[in-house]
Amino acid sequence: MTTMTLNAGPAVAAGDQAKNPAAEQNAVKTNAEIVKTVGQPFSDQAKLRMRNVNVFYGETQAIHDVSLDIGRNEVVAMIGPSGCGKSTFLRCLNRMNDTIEGCRVEGELTLDGEAIYGPKVDVVPLRARVGMVFQKPNPFPKSIYDNVAYGPKIHGIASRRAELDEIVENSLRRAGLWNEVKDRLDKPGTGLSGGQQQRLCIARAIAVSPEVILMDEPCSALDPIATARIEELIDELRENYTIAIVTHSMQQAARVSQRTAYFHLGKLVEVNDTETVFTNPEHELTEAYITGRFG
Amino acid sequence: MTDMTQTQVRERIEARLASRHRKEKIFRGFGIASIAFGVLAVLVLFTDIISKGASAFVQSQIQLQVNYDPAELGIDKVDGESLAWANFDGVIRSALRERFPDVTGRRDKRELYSLVSNGAGFNLRERLESNPALLGQSEIVWVNADDDVDTYVKSLSKSAEGFLGRTSEQKAAWIRQLRESGELEKRFNTTFFTNGDSREPEQAGIRAALVGSLLTLLVTLALSFPIGVAAAIYLEEFAPKNRWTDLIEVNINNLAAVPSIVFGLLGLAIFINFFEMPRSAPLVGGLVLTLMTLPTIIISSRASLKSVPPSIREAAMGMGASRMQVVLHHVLPLAMPGMLTGAIIGMAQALGETAPLLMIGMVAFIVDVPHGITDPSTVLPVQIFLWADSPERAFVERTSAAIMVLLAVLITMNTCAVWLRKKLERRW
Repeated sequence: MTTMTLNAGPAVAAGDQAKNPAAEQNAVKTNAEIVKTVGQPFSDQAKLRMRNVNVFYGETQAIHDVSLDIGRNEVVAMIGPSGCGKSTFLRCLNRMNDTIEGCRVEGELTLDGEAIYGPKVDVVPLRARVGMVFQKPNPFPKSIYDNVAYGPKIHGIASRRAELDEIVENSLRRAGLWNEVKDRLDKPGTGLSGGQQQRLCIARAIAVSPEVILMDEPCSALDPIATARIEELIDELRENYTIAIVTHSMQQAARVSQRTAYFHLGKLVEVNDTETVFTNPEHELTEAYITGRFG
Repeated sequence: MTDMTQTQVRERIEARLASRHRKEKIFRGFGIASIAFGVLAVLVLFTDIISKGASAFVQSQIQLQVNYDPAELGIDKVDGESLAWANFDGVIRSALRERFPDVTGRRDKRELYSLVSNGAGFNLRERLESNPALLGQSEIVWVNADDDVDTYVKSLSKSAEGFLGRTSEQKAAWIRQLRESGELEKRFNTTFFTNGDSREPEQAGIRAALVGSLLTLLVTLALSFPIGVAAAIYLEEFAPKNRWTDLIEVNINNLAAVPSIVFGLLGLAIFINFFEMPRSAPLVGGLVLTLMTLPTIIISSRASLKSVPPSIREAAMGMGASRMQVVLHHVLPLAMPGMLTGAIIGMAQALGETAPLLMIGMVAFIVDVPHGITDPSTVLPVQIFLWADSPERAFVERTSAAIMVLLAVLITMNTCAVWLRKKLERRW
């Protein structure tokens, strides 16, 4: 685990929420038992800072007043039952929700202190800084080389072919895929196995040297061996990147993350050290979920 | 629901099994029957057209010993002006008189001269023009027989007495005589592919209509494909989904079902009357057909854009590609084969369209092959309509032959489309 000091969780959380009485009221109305996030949602090394985030799909509210920090070089796992809003929350962080008709995000979201949802923010450089890996491996129907080179090409990162070659090789090496594909870089990326495809997608994401990588259930379509390989990779990537990962597998959360956030019905119930969450959860809902009473 | 034992459940399933299989068989039978019906219809159509039209690709020609006699022609040198004045018909007549010296009466002579197409003089003129040294010489040439002769000769292969029609017994005798001596033969009908329309069937050709059709289609494709694809991309990828775009969508779908003659009237009112563009021109035809095919292209392009998996868009967007880049780099290449298919269907429709072109004057009797998109011209389907309307018996086979040419163009276009689609389709 990285050296990281955490603010006193519950007190601050309660204070933060008190600033937004309307949201609190709303929360009380919909689900009286969860109002405040317990544990340690904040970090003094915050890379991503989210305060009082509310997300709406048209009339329906998907995220209720979530406040959370994701620290530098930290892996934060987001767990919770299906439909609890963890993917929605993740997709707010690089504004992938923009494309969804009727989706509205409220609250304060910053990356290194800069607003993510500012009126003048250009999503193109934002998404270059905050990369994303999706649930289903989605390589482009192009060659392996072109898949990885796509980001550097569109952002004009590499000016010469040799530079591009180097970026492609380094990215594939860091994604642990180089040895498997170095002889067939011109073959289609979609011809790889599921696990290889997902590592290719990770290589593609890190080719533009993002600061944050968002992973939305990256292993849910993979077999255990490929999953183990990706998990190792996440651990290695932590050295250079800040990672937020949504997962349905509690074992995975336990293996790869430093902190774990438990979402329930669009609310952030508990954030704590991963060990604490899985051995001694503070909130009864968290306990109920990790012991398998619902999910 | 009452509890059932596993045996009961199995019995119920098995009881229905036979009827389920029977339904499947009936369904398959319907499918096969409808395909068989379709194939049969196509076969009947093709046999009918080919059996009627195949004979148009040959034409009866008569061998004549012509003498380019300066006195008879009335010229002493070969140049543009003298050729225009020269009496080539006289040369042909004297050649016919020499072949049948015992024909004397005025009426008989006229009967004799009508053996040969009245366009034959032009053939001689062309020969002399390309080879001025022939002046004063004589040579053996094959000239087109008149359409009545041609009809009679062709009918002889069906029945022994043949179809005489307007042909007199005397003329029939001459024809038999020429046939026996090998001076009248059915030869490949090059006129059909080199000439424009004519009142005389033996001089009528498909060239002008074919070129007119191709020019019209060129204009249509050049306008409707880019406009249609751009509209589809905007509506599908960029436009906000609101009442206005819904309204536009409804209107596009409605336009696709508007009778084509309405587009013809619109073209007449706007392009010809208001913008004063030339009548009967492929330019105006192409514009009208563009209006007609645009809805088809937009609808099919939108459908193929919709079918691009959203995961590809998300992947590109997640990499920080702008919307334009997402579309140009990822969506468009994947949607292109579908768009091309739509465009080709639209083009095929446009190729066969007649009604709107009648409105803008492409039904006029035009003999010359058009050289540009502003020259007056006609198109294949209109030519078919005109020939089908003509009383001469020889136009019957030419109508079918024109249909065959139209079908050949269609098949070529569709083959190109399939080939292009195969080439552009990504196999991964």
